[in-house]
Amino acid sequence: MATARNSAQAAPGSGLNDDIGEDKRLALYRSQLRIREAEQRAFDLFLQNLVKGTSHLSLGQEAVASGFAEAMQKGDLSFCTYRGHAHTLARGVSVEKVLGELMQRDNGLMRGKGGSMHLTSEEHGVMGSYAIIGAHLPIACGAAWRAQYKGDKDVSVCFFGDGTTNIGAFHEALNFAAVWKLPVVFVCENNLYMEYTPIGDVTAVPHPAADRAAAYRLERIIIGGNGADVVYRTAQKAYAKARAGEGPSLIEALTYRHSGHSRADPAKYRPEGELEKWKERDPIKIYRERLKQFGVGDKVIAGIDAEVRKEVDDATEACKAAPMPPLDILTTDVYADGGWAWRN
Amino acid sequence: MAEITYRDAVIRGIAQEMSRDNDVVFLGEDVAKAGGVFKATVGLYEQFGPLRVRDTPISEQAILGAAMGAAMTGLKPIAEIMFSDFFAVCFDYIANEFPKSRYMSNGQTKCPLVVRTGNGAGSRFGAQHSQSVENWCMMIPGLKVVAPSSPVDVIGLLAAAVRDPDPVIFLEHKSLYPTKGEVPDGEIVDKLGTAKILRPGRDATILALALMVPRALEAAERLKAEHGIDCEVVDVRSLVPLDTQTILGSVAKTHRLFTVEENPRLCGWGAEIVSIVADEAFYDLDSPPVRITTPHIPLPAADILEDIVLPTPERIVDTVRRSLQG
Repeated sequence: MATARNSAQAAPGSGLNDDIGEDKRLALYRSQLRIREAEQRAFDLFLQNLVKGTSHLSLGQEAVASGFAEAMQKGDLSFCTYRGHAHTLARGVSVEKVLGELMQRDNGLMRGKGGSMHLTSEEHGVMGSYAIIGAHLPIACGAAWRAQYKGDKDVSVCFFGDGTTNIGAFHEALNFAAVWKLPVVFVCENNLYMEYTPIGDVTAVPHPAADRAAAYRLERIIIGGNGADVVYRTAQKAYAKARAGEGPSLIEALTYRHSGHSRADPAKYRPEGELEKWKERDPIKIYRERLKQFGVGDKVIAGIDAEVRKEVDDATEACKAAPMPPLDILTTDVYADGGWAWRN
Repeated sequence: MAEITYRDAVIRGIAQEMSRDNDVVFLGEDVAKAGGVFKATVGLYEQFGPLRVRDTPISEQAILGAAMGAAMTGLKPIAEIMFSDFFAVCFDYIANEFPKSRYMSNGQTKCPLVVRTGNGAGSRFGAQHSQSVENWCMMIPGLKVVAPSSPVDVIGLLAAAVRDPDPVIFLEHKSLYPTKGEVPDGEIVDKLGTAKILRPGRDATILALALMVPRALEAAERLKAEHGIDCEVVDVRSLVPLDTQTILGSVAKTHRLFTVEENPRLCGWGAEIVSIVADEAFYDLDSPPVRITTPHIPLPAADILEDIVLPTPERIVDTVRRSLQG
């Protein structure tokens, strides 16, 4: 149906029946938009003092999360950072669960016990969001080791920022994964800033991840991280390599965050015009154009836009109405018996 | 029944669990082909093969991180950190990752793993290869912490640790590796969170852990023979969970409490136990509880210096005698 229509209207030389196809493109668009709308809502709710604690938004970086997640199969595992809302949403976790956690409500993903920086949904393959820089790279190696040992075909995908490339765990994990030939894919989202400092000011090489790949006999891979199609194809290739038993990949995706590092950061350290320049390469804008190139009508796009906004609006209302967590969960799940007893 | 070393008990304990469960895997530096720097893992590589017994690079963060990722997704890893002092370079996993993931995820994440490590002094290795780090671990909610003093306890508590669904820090004492003890034939499985009364007595309770256990036992024999003081010696064995009932029961009987701790004095495990006894058994006490510890200094390397800082049977005898007889 849609495919036939779109084939007829596809841009020359890049028809809709290409390797990605219309269904996946619409999914990529929807995924990016969900992240954009949910993150923007998180920011608005923070201004209303309804999102507490810290939060690290991925506004502007949506294509990386969506491209890698949409290329995954069920059972593949995501390991995220404290900037992990995007990767969590991209695996299909509901906006309500994510916003609920940010708003510290009982309907949150972890009922308020983890918070923004630790989003986890194992049923969706989201194996945690890690707030100690670099900690999850070795952990992803361990999950990949289990797959290798048991003959499972899942891939562990580990997302991190450019700043992570200067911490020891990054180098330990890369070497470990390469020596053990583990089915793990390391994705560096290079958004140009290590928190408040330009990554180039504190790193010996221009490309903080890719320029280190050779040290671990890995291919040097740098991609534009704001084009979801490029990201998706890169992910597919890396996952296939991992599943074939050919070892890890390290991918550096160039992108840019539209907001500050965290809610506390107005990002005044940026040179004038930089944000505006990157906003011209806004992944959502790029992808909307891309869909149109492939013949997707405005009506279809507007339909997705409306559905996503409704999901975010409904989630917001549900979270506002949700109770705060009950105090009796304070002492649950410290130990595997469900409790917190350390003595008899 | 056979007499084996503490070192061989480690090998037998790991082998027992790896034979029982294919999900038990083992990784660490020099542990496979070389059999471990303390020779406490000799033969495991040959018995269980290169997929289950794996040498790693010198990457303590990668070792513990990989153990955690494997544990979260279905394996039951045993990770070795060669010297417990090296916990300091991978403490993120011990302090932030293993023990908090279950809680932060509201119960979604599991972490059934064991970290084995060579702990404690007596080898003249100096301040960075001799520490007793049990108090570093005990203070973290979500961890379990075990330190056996005899070969049979090594096997039984290691088996219990591997079968436990929580992350367990398993502290092997380096100076105990060559010591011997009787071990029954067949499978041995003990229980975490249980202290053991090794020598019953009426006049005072001496609590000890790991290398301090044989020293406390020796001191108790001398106190009885030389001074007529009859001490009860309790091997604490498990700091978390802590068998408070056995400890409180012993104090209720003897009315006097001594702790013998190898860790440096500040925030040592004995301080926590003394505070529990003060809270809950104050009126059972006939005299103030006394902590016998290593002083609050880094450990020196030279024989003569190291020997004098660790609690010795002489120091225990002297402290108990002076407390009871003035």
